[in-house]
Amino acid sequence: MVELTLPRNSQVGQGKTWPKPEGATNLREYRIYRWSPDDDANPRVDTYYVDTDDCGPMILDGLIWIKNKVDPTLTFRRSCREGICGSCAMNIDGTNTLACTKGMDEVSGAVKVYPLPHMPVVKDLVPDLTVPYAQLSSIEPWLQTVSPEPAKEWTQSHEDRQKLDGLYECILCFCCQTSCPSYWWNGERYLGPAVLLQAYRWLIDSRDEATGERLDNLEDPFRLYRCHTIMNCTQACPKGLNPAKAIAEIKKMMVERRV
Amino acid sequence: MSTPTATRSGLKPRPVSPHLQVYRLIPTMLMSIVHRITGAALYFGTLLVAWWLVAAATSEAYFDFVNGIYGSWFGRLVLFGYTWALVHHLLGGIRHFIWDTGHALEKHTATKMAWATLAGSITLTILIWIAGYAARGM
Repeated sequence: MVELTLPRNSQVGQGKTWPKPEGATNLREYRIYRWSPDDDANPRVDTYYVDTDDCGPMILDGLIWIKNKVDPTLTFRRSCREGICGSCAMNIDGTNTLACTKGMDEVSGAVKVYPLPHMPVVKDLVPDLTVPYAQLSSIEPWLQTVSPEPAKEWTQSHEDRQKLDGLYECILCFCCQTSCPSYWWNGERYLGPAVLLQAYRWLIDSRDEATGERLDNLEDPFRLYRCHTIMNCTQACPKGLNPAKAIAEIKKMMVERRV
Repeated sequence: MSTPTATRSGLKPRPVSPHLQVYRLIPTMLMSIVHRITGAALYFGTLLVAWWLVAAATSEAYFDFVNGIYGSWFGRLVLFGYTWALVHHLLGGIRHFIWDTGHALEKHTATKMAWATLAGSITLTILIWIAGYAARGM
């Protein structure tokens, strides 16, 4: 359901400003969303100053620097620091992206960092991704076949393999999923761009033999058709993939199988 | 697996992270919103057309009355807005039709199309009104 404002317990207040590092000449201001389940306070935005001479160039480097040097309670997910694990997905400068591949120089002014939008917050920048993971498992993202298994591997022509380009690269960071207003308003029932891109990845795979069942599962006013081509997903994807196009292709498959 | 948000018994409800409050408005998102607003405005505009037709079917005096309202500066402003809503929604519809064929969904193309919809709707609306005044001869 459309709710333009945040519920009372989610409204964000003014937080504290942490002291500037001593002796630093080049500072970068970070404004970071904070919330902890351990007290009764509402979410707030804290201000930090990062010494950029003592820190790597990426937004994630700044967050790690703050955690190491200023405030060890700052909580966020990160792992690979090179854009392949998808852990550090967050809302930076008003757009969902990966903190590790977004440079501080790509943002003008203070670096504003929030968790992925419209998700339950576990702590600080860590969203609860239970629902999108459950939605992903609902589309059964694995190869399904009825033919007898071949002696070696399932083979595929070069042309058929190329159909998976732009789909298999998805790292499931859910930047697109949580950028979508349709998903904000109907996230319990609409599968969302990331999950639908995965669905298309298996629909278009020449080796998969469950295409009909997969389409049946998606033929639903909410699961698929809540996509209104707002295009936030494609604009956000840090890997340059195109979930909106994948969804359009699924809609086309739905029509084509009827005519 | 943990249960999302407020349904976890005995635990403090989780806040919802900010969404519209923090998300940067981008052209495709803006045009999606405007497409909806203009779509809703068309219901109102259609009522104006219906009233005009009803007036024409009622009597000459009543038609002149309604025509007088529509012809006033305020009436013309509303009709100008209705024209724009109609043209904008039409172009938005064509944009969605192209998307439904699977084309023009690349991110920079989509952004250009969003701006083109806006520029096209403003240009066409002005042209329609110039044509309208020219036909009226005043």
